[in-house]
Amino acid sequence: MKQNPWKKDFPQLNNQLHYFDSAATSLKPTSVIEQVNYYNQQLSSNINRGMYYESQKATELYEEARETIAKFIHADLNEVVFTRGTTSSLNMVARSFGLNHLHPGDEILTSELEHHSSILPWQYVAHKTGAKLQYIPLSDEGKVTLESFEAAINDKTKVVVINHVSNVMGYVTPIKEMVAIAHEYGAIVVVDGAQAIQHIEVDVKSLDADFYAFSGHKMLGPTGIGVLYGKSDLLDDMEPLEYGGDMALDVMKQQFSWKESPTKFEAGTMPIASVIGLKAAVEYLQNTGIDNIHEYSKNLYDYFIDKIKDIKDIEFYNKSSDTFMFTFNLKNVPSHDAISYFSEKHIALRAGQHCAKLIHDFLGIHSSLRGTIYFYNTYEDVDFLVETLIEAIDYFKKLGF
Amino acid sequence: MNNLDHLYREIIMEHYKNPRNQGLVDNQDYKSNRIKNPSCGDDITIQVLVEDGVVKDVKQEATGCSISVASASVLTELVIGKTVEEAKKIVDTYINMVTDKAFDESVDLEEAAVFSGVKKFPARIKCASIAWVAFKDSLE
Repeated sequence: MKQNPWKKDFPQLNNQLHYFDSAATSLKPTSVIEQVNYYNQQLSSNINRGMYYESQKATELYEEARETIAKFIHADLNEVVFTRGTTSSLNMVARSFGLNHLHPGDEILTSELEHHSSILPWQYVAHKTGAKLQYIPLSDEGKVTLESFEAAINDKTKVVVINHVSNVMGYVTPIKEMVAIAHEYGAIVVVDGAQAIQHIEVDVKSLDADFYAFSGHKMLGPTGIGVLYGKSDLLDDMEPLEYGGDMALDVMKQQFSWKESPTKFEAGTMPIASVIGLKAAVEYLQNTGIDNIHEYSKNLYDYFIDKIKDIKDIEFYNKSSDTFMFTFNLKNVPSHDAISYFSEKHIALRAGQHCAKLIHDFLGIHSSLRGTIYFYNTYEDVDFLVETLIEAIDYFKKLGF
Repeated sequence: MNNLDHLYREIIMEHYKNPRNQGLVDNQDYKSNRIKNPSCGDDITIQVLVEDGVVKDVKQEATGCSISVASASVLTELVIGKTVEEAKKIVDTYINMVTDKAFDESVDLEEAAVFSGVKKFPARIKCASIAWVAFKDSLE
């Protein structure tokens, strides 16, 4: 059994916690925590304003973070907008782009596999503009396939809103191919990358995605910070949603003008410490190597799947998960009953609908348990999880479930 | 008894498997209140018939975990026949108990007392209180 070389970098992982809830939020390595603390302890000051050392240093680190992230996803600097997270990024596109570009009769194409933060903003846009929200039929496994996408898209489709990796099933969506098809129809593609960026290499230029959103806290970074990537011509064409400090170019009594992207979208004081922490998170991922993370996680996931394959009374929903996410229920046990057993054993899983009700409706289930294997998990974690799964099945059976 | 055994008492399992006063009625005299919890998926409807200041009947329909289903069932049995004031007092006492606050021990919670184990599971307080909150709202 391979020793895990990375676990020591995550101070929250003591012997008690078995953390399988990385799809909800990832743990933070020491380097990220230290960078956040460095700003708070030594550099607290506002950026782009102060004329003293601390402010200039903070401004420098803030913009270096943008540079690091731009390189990480192969974007240009002006195409990387800092937001509160994926939800904020997706809402920004819906409200700033969607509300101003869609008309009655236009169609927005999405899927039942999406997170609520993809569906709800566009449902709102549809209601406001008279556009129609359409769903790509899912395969039996619950996947968005190229075939069903090609059958669903048409000349009325103006926007495609789709995840790169599903937050319930862990499937990788064929974004690059879908974007090529969407562009033939003149539709723009908004990609929810919240579950992809920490698992697979993301090259927005190669994908040719029009918008790509992700969160810092799912990729080892702090909460409260995320990114919206947008093609520069689209961002240039969009109005800011917030007006205030630092985004304005000139201010008069009756009118004002604003700066270029990304500054026009970052009004007020941004979460500077979190931006600086996100830079450290990206550097950690780069130093570790997304490929190494993927390979280790895959081996551990395969080990897990092999260990549970003969256990009866588990209903598994995503055996072909691409990103080591496992979504399941104990037979006849509501997920919120089951989760209490795991939490008593210091195993962190998620129970509920994971902000994705429609895929649960599609599966015909009320809710589910979800876990994710990530590179800081160990073989011992998985052994303990499997042991506990077997115990839990027995416990609830004896209770009469 | 460990925390889990304290949570999953026999009475709770019995109500989960045989919920009382289940099924809604199509009667305008009943005040209906539906509460959904989109984070866990629980969906609970409580219908209350009040006559002359007395809770004459309560119906419930609950989808969710054993704790939410059983707590809806136990609630109906406990409050039918009580005055509105007594029923409100019972709900307040119960909510205080499951949230681990001081509560009036002179109020007889009968079978609902078994839900005291919930206080060790803060994540399950919502499960145990969703029907009770819906019921109390119907009395206002």
